[in-house]
Amino acid sequence: MDVLKISRMKKSFDDLEVIKDFSLTVKQGEVVAIIGPSGSGKTTVLRCATLLETMDCGVLEYQGEKAAWTNKDGGIEYAPAGQLKKIKSKFGLVFQNFNLFPHYSVLKNITDAPISVQKRDPVEVGKEANTLLEKMGLTDKANAYPYQLSGGQQQRVSIARALAMNPQILFFDEPTSALDPELTGDILKVIKNLAAEHMTMVIVTHEMNFARDVANRIIFMAGGVIVEEGDAKQLIEKPQNDRTIAFLSGFQR
Amino acid sequence: MSLSVMLTLLLHGMWTSFLIFALTLLFSLPLGLLVALGRMSNNLALRNIMRVYISILRGTPLMLQIFFVYFSPYYIFGISISNTYRFYAVIIAFVLNYAAYFAEIYRSGIESMPVGQYEAAHVLGYSKSQTFIKIILPQVIKRIIPPVTNEVITLIKDTSLAFAISVSEMFTVAKAIAAAQKTMTAFVAAGVFYYIFNFIVAWLMELVEKKLNYYR
Ligand SMILES: Nc1ncnc2c1ncn2[C@@H]1O[C@H](COP(=O)(O)OP(=O)(O)O)[C@@H](O)[C@H]1O
Ligand SMILES: [Mg+2]
Repeated sequence: MDVLKISRMKKSFDDLEVIKDFSLTVKQGEVVAIIGPSGSGKTTVLRCATLLETMDCGVLEYQGEKAAWTNKDGGIEYAPAGQLKKIKSKFGLVFQNFNLFPHYSVLKNITDAPISVQKRDPVEVGKEANTLLEKMGLTDKANAYPYQLSGGQQQRVSIARALAMNPQILFFDEPTSALDPELTGDILKVIKNLAAEHMTMVIVTHEMNFARDVANRIIFMAGGVIVEEGDAKQLIEKPQNDRTIAFLSGFQR
Repeated sequence: MSLSVMLTLLLHGMWTSFLIFALTLLFSLPLGLLVALGRMSNNLALRNIMRVYISILRGTPLMLQIFFVYFSPYYIFGISISNTYRFYAVIIAFVLNYAAYFAEIYRSGIESMPVGQYEAAHVLGYSKSQTFIKIILPQVIKRIIPPVTNEVITLIKDTSLAFAISVSEMFTVAKAIAAAQKTMTAFVAAGVFYYIFNFIVAWLMELVEKKLNYYR
């Protein structure tokens, strides 16, 4: 089953066409990495997919439910608010700079949305949060506040916060870019573990080895379009397009 | 006039000063938030009304505003002014004036919030009001404590402006006593009172600030 389907998405900021024609289908359990030079539109794709930005045309659907589509006049139409709210609960997003809530403890960062948005049982949510914290190696930080944590720990909390909503698909926008190099390994390991549990994920990253190891499929984007797309190992090791080759040669293996 | 009679009179004035202070805060803090929200609203008309409101209330003397609120029922509507209205006029003028100052403080606090906080809340499914009440406002309050403290301390001293329409607050009483007795004692007592009042309030605000220091 397709968890996410984006077809023919376009997005401009004023006169600047940032996404020219973008289509992506992600199956249940699949891990897709998006790579590409800075400014190529990777973040904008994730922001449109997570409804932080409205696209100009195209179709966006989660598990067969349409969140947005192009109408007869060529304009974009979004599903009614109630429908969107339901669709929103299907995805999670991990930001480059975490965006934890500084006034909430680690535990509350994780439990507050499931309790106050999804109206789930606080006791059950608390238990789940503790399991997540254990998985992230942060059991002893449950009552700490974000400012007391390292960047790597904050990013793990933000992953736990997204997972606590039980999303069908998780988006990551350069989850290690704001971290010191020695802390990136921790986060990559956490994401690898999620992949091993068949979590469906779309990951924007500059870590080529990681993309090759964790993703099933890699998309190379440049200038708002998909330049090359294929099996992760193949795309990194035997890229076909000249632009992909040039981009990858900029990274030492 | 004995010292004890004088102190009793002053104590009465002190209580009035305190009432002006407390009632002004009680109403102007929430009203200021509403004005700030109107000032930042998507509704152009509302936004401009609030802009003009803030501009006028901050751009004219509070003393003048007190006179205006006090005399306008008579001069504009021909209603005769009762004696008890004096006190209400002072409260209305203070609340309207301070709400304008607090609105600008709220606004700068709200605008200083990083957009990432809204986006994280949006993706997690918080509604707009949940986002504001649970995520944004608590952090805004922490950020605006220092400028609010400044305003609150100014308010203590401003309460003496009620003198303008003879509301018998501390300063009015002190002046009357000084004139009748031909002595400075009442002024000194009033000064001590304002100072202690300020001291307590500053200490309380510091306590609030410390309490909110559990996060950064
Ligand atoms: N809100 C915005 N307003 C105007 N231009 C934007 C906005 N967001 C992104 N852009 C522009 O869109 C282009 C793609 O940005 P982005 O999606 O962030 O690329 P990437 O994540 O691949 O580095 C860039 O040229 C960027 O300047
Ligand atoms: Mg980006």
